[in-house]
Amino acid sequence: MKPIIRVMNVGKQYRIGSPQSSYLTLREALTSLPTAPFRWLAGERSSNEETFWALKEVNFDVYPGEVVGIIGRNGAGKSTLLKLLSRITEPTTGRIELYGRIGSLLEVGTGFHPELTGRENISLNGAILGMSRAEIAKKFDEIVAFAEMERFIDTPVKHYSSGMYLRLAFAVAAHLEPEVLIVDEVLAVGDLRFQRKCLDKMEGVSKEGRTVIFVSHNMPAVTRLCQRAILLDQGKLVDDDSAPRVVSSYLGSAAAESAGVREWPDLARAPGDEVVRLRAVRVRSEEGSITEAVDIRKPFLIEIEYDILSPGKRLSPVIICHNDEGICVFSSGGTSQRFLESQDVNYTGRSVSTCRIPGDLLTEGGLTVTVSINTIMDGNFTHALERDALRFQVVDSLNENSARGLYGGPVLGVVRPLLTWTNKPTRTSSERLSPSADSSTAAR
Amino acid sequence: MSGMTPTLLPGSLASRSNQTKLAQAELQKLPQTPLVTIQASKSHVALNLHELWAHRELLYFLIWRDVKIRYKQTLLGAAWAIIQPLLTMLIFTFIFSSVAKIDSQGIPYPVFAYAALLPWTFFANAITTSGNSIVGSAHLITKVYFPRPIIPIASVCAGLVDLAVAFPMLVVLMFYYRIGITMNALFLIPLVLLTILLAVSVGMWISAINVKYRDVKFAMPFLVQIWMYMSPVAYPASVVPAKWRTIYALNPFVGIIDGYRAALFGRAFDWKALGISLVVTLVLLVYASHQFRKMEKGFADII
Repeated sequence: MKPIIRVMNVGKQYRIGSPQSSYLTLREALTSLPTAPFRWLAGERSSNEETFWALKEVNFDVYPGEVVGIIGRNGAGKSTLLKLLSRITEPTTGRIELYGRIGSLLEVGTGFHPELTGRENISLNGAILGMSRAEIAKKFDEIVAFAEMERFIDTPVKHYSSGMYLRLAFAVAAHLEPEVLIVDEVLAVGDLRFQRKCLDKMEGVSKEGRTVIFVSHNMPAVTRLCQRAILLDQGKLVDDDSAPRVVSSYLGSAAAESAGVREWPDLARAPGDEVVRLRAVRVRSEEGSITEAVDIRKPFLIEIEYDILSPGKRLSPVIICHNDEGICVFSSGGTSQRFLESQDVNYTGRSVSTCRIPGDLLTEGGLTVTVSINTIMDGNFTHALERDALRFQVVDSLNENSARGLYGGPVLGVVRPLLTWTNKPTRTSSERLSPSADSSTAAR
Repeated sequence: MSGMTPTLLPGSLASRSNQTKLAQAELQKLPQTPLVTIQASKSHVALNLHELWAHRELLYFLIWRDVKIRYKQTLLGAAWAIIQPLLTMLIFTFIFSSVAKIDSQGIPYPVFAYAALLPWTFFANAITTSGNSIVGSAHLITKVYFPRPIIPIASVCAGLVDLAVAFPMLVVLMFYYRIGITMNALFLIPLVLLTILLAVSVGMWISAINVKYRDVKFAMPFLVQIWMYMSPVAYPASVVPAKWRTIYALNPFVGIIDGYRAALFGRAFDWKALGISLVVTLVLLVYASHQFRKMEKGFADII
């Protein structure tokens, strides 16, 4: 079978300090000019120019009709790989051969201009994404209908709400018909209904037999959409296999990295006010080690560390957990009488509150924790708030003791409680079990 | 009740099998050689004209966008295209004609100046906007691929609309001062093309340097000013002593402006100056596109 994309020994090197601050001023270039030959003679040519490989020796082939997920932590080289595949930047070494027309969607609404109307932006954006004028004209009505935008199509998009803007932008993107579609985290934006629509559309695209390369942090989406996943770590391709296997091994290794902590070392910049400031949030396993991935069956702890700066208040820490689809899975706070009365109101200084979350409660996937510290006694007041302070994964170990039992397929729901099932025969020995008996009962 | 499917299973898994069939059908269509090979570019081809041509519709859309938004939210709109050269002409008329008493070769000074200000205003605006075009299109460059020279070229071409809007004013002035149009006016077409070519070369080059050295933005207004005074916009080229004339003509705008005036006022062309302009412009174009090619690889990484 002949691949549609061949990635051969591809590497990309960046200078450190690159994307942000690498443009020089002319003065810097001029002032370094006279000394340059001497530095070159002294063999210093590259010493003050530290480089790093964002990607190194990456090899893989993609076959027609495959839906490939690319996963990895931030900085693993996912975006660099996408940029190389979409020809935005050139590789330093190696080469990529494309045997089909590529459409890349690194964001929706690329090139949208606020002053132009929806109609005008459809044409412009379509052209930027590589559609021909004829193609745009042919699909125009379809795009407008998909965006549910008929009434506002001649309004400048600067008057659109952000939701409308996204709908229109995605509608154009969704009507792109390349042989290979490259998609980056486009799903990370928009409201829930819109995200669903995007996911459904993606699924539709892959069913049409087109090749899709999909980069995402949304692990359930990757397992749902892709047959195959490629895991990048520090610029190297470390795993390339069936999506569910790569995703679970990634989540497993992520646990070993123990990144399940967020700290604010500088008190002045820590979230909070003159009463209390957040200093750290941690996810700990029951045994006490900090972890980014918790076993679906086991209880774990969310620990909130804070500095009480002025005495006299009873404080209620609160956590709110959202899943990757933006649904609030649960929230919980130290608001019970017992918890509040256990506090010494005259105390100032470091304090730690811990919330224990039982095992067999949450479903697998990423959870984002929003943390706040509040007073609830004389009206509700939030002293410190950090949205999306921390992320962790609930990992399904595919163990038969978990709520899934012996069942191997996907399990629906935002929670996955381990519930008790019982079974007992209710037929008495005198009853006859027959379809005719059933229907006669129903008829009556 | 055996027909009930367990809701535990979402529908997506079942549909995977027919996917491979479609993939197989697509398999036959794949070309033998890659459509695109992405690698560190070694080619010294300055400008990939073939690729530019393939993207001509995008060029059209970008020009159309620039034209469309140029005067949005302005009170006077496209009138600015006339006001700019007209006001400059009035100022020049006062300073150079009334005060400095410059000889305008027997042509009423206002027409004399406006005829040069027309291409100059186009050129100055073109190199300024295209010089900033790449930096201003960072959101496109980091997100989607297309041949980068399209961006500065589109900026230059969008300015043509201004030129077209300001042109009738020249006809009015010529009519007012009773200057007849001759067959020479046909030369305006190649002259405008040459002006565009020069603007594209300079604009492209500046736009690429601007990505790396943001100083360009600050230097541009001075550069444009100095260039104008070094070109025979406010004065005739004949002011320059004959022995310096050839060196003077190395400024490609000298031949061009002289050409515009000769075309409009039915005078003899200074073919030597025009020839130098053409050669300098072509050399600049090759050099600029080569430099652009060299720098464009880094655009997405450093912009």
